[in-house]
Amino acid sequence: MKIGVLALQGDFAEHISVLEGIGVEAVEVRLPEQLQGLDGVIIPGGESTTIGKLATAYNLMEPLRLFGSEKAIWGTCAGAILLSSDIHSHQPLLGLMDSTVKRNAFGRQVASFEAELDVPALKSSGLGEQPYHAIFIRAPLIESLGKEARSLAQLPDGWIVAVEQGRLLATSFHPELSTDDRFHRYFLSLVSR
Amino acid sequence: MEQEVASITVKKGLAQMLKGGVIMDVVTPEHARIAEDAGAVAVMALERVPADIRAHGGVARMSDPEIILQIMDAVSIPVMAKCRIGHFVEAQILQAIGVDYLDESEVLTPADEEHHIYKHDFKVPFVCGCRNLGEALRRIGEGASMIRTKGEAGTGDIVEAVRHARAVLGEIRRLQNMPVEEVMAFSKEIGAPYQVVLETRELGRLPVVNFAAGGIATPADAALMMQLGVDGVFVGSGIFLSGNPAKRAEAIVKATTHYNDPYILAEVSRDLGEAMVGRQVSAIPESELIADRGW
Repeated sequence: MKIGVLALQGDFAEHISVLEGIGVEAVEVRLPEQLQGLDGVIIPGGESTTIGKLATAYNLMEPLRLFGSEKAIWGTCAGAILLSSDIHSHQPLLGLMDSTVKRNAFGRQVASFEAELDVPALKSSGLGEQPYHAIFIRAPLIESLGKEARSLAQLPDGWIVAVEQGRLLATSFHPELSTDDRFHRYFLSLVSR
Repeated sequence: MEQEVASITVKKGLAQMLKGGVIMDVVTPEHARIAEDAGAVAVMALERVPADIRAHGGVARMSDPEIILQIMDAVSIPVMAKCRIGHFVEAQILQAIGVDYLDESEVLTPADEEHHIYKHDFKVPFVCGCRNLGEALRRIGEGASMIRTKGEAGTGDIVEAVRHARAVLGEIRRLQNMPVEEVMAFSKEIGAPYQVVLETRELGRLPVVNFAAGGIATPADAALMMQLGVDGVFVGSGIFLSGNPAKRAEAIVKATTHYNDPYILAEVSRDLGEAMVGRQVSAIPESELIADRGW
């Protein structure tokens, strides 16, 4: 199995490090031809405006849409924004996921936080019963979902922070900053589904 | 379920989100929008860019909060601001208005020539400048969650940023190759906290994100720093004192992403108009050097 991590900007090295820790081959993707031969793609955390601009400038948007219509893509934070179909403002989106996302939903950096999440999908996949410790940094929220998408985790007040749609996965937090690799393992199960 | 704010993880984490990106100095909301449109990952809100601070002389202080707030309103990306070295009340004020990152910066006139701010006490994360590994690790010991080279701000001369990056990265290589019993003496030699030195040795890199700053004026400068091994770049005077800021800003963003691809670097370096008028660091009298501020 070979996973590509979009390396235009952001914490792509952290994703690669977790994947290598699991024993999966991971490569950086900066240009469309680097999508060849990949089984799945991760769009990392970073600034969604920057990543969207560079993906547009280097003709990655359409190849990523095509890739996501056939294979697994996971977006964390900025990646979740790029996967969505609507964010109430103008910036390049892949529109692969039937979701509406609000950027910087919790406010500025001083409001960034860590929280424990209950994630039934991790339990039912045999990845352990314990809660998942999630790291939110100037995080977006998933405001609403279409029929095709389902929520995997919510904050106590009901806000959706993880979504799955077919082989697409979006999290508004950063499993790549954590020592808990269960979300990466869960994504790999979507890749081989 | 309990939520924890302002942890070390989320402070360091925002810097991790900025990696591979360009942080640009801006003095107006209009500049900030140009920077965001060009693909900046964050902006540094200032009253004057470093080259103008050099030219004007006098005491350089924290910017008027009104200007910073206008810039925060203008863009969706993180906004950073500078306080003077040791001026913890400027830091309190900037935290109160909600900036996303604070730069305890040698570009402003120091308020304290002996002590930097105790940064662990703040919810807002700090970035600090350094010239070598000891200085970087002292700042991390005080609570900095991001480090940058000092370079020599406002000159457009890359030589000092290269010197500082090579010093930090070279000393880390030296640290990694020494037997563990020599680490205490090494800590004493570079004047850095032992535990942070040990952590750096274990990781083989700084325990926080490490950017380059001070003298970057061209896409090639940005790619040079990235190839030397930093995580991203700050561009101060280099963009808005150049002939075509929007085009140069975009070119530096692209060069920071594709820093290892000489064909893309050649493409983005074409026809950018006038670069900022530089000032050779070796021709500047020692009393006017900025990087010597702080310790």
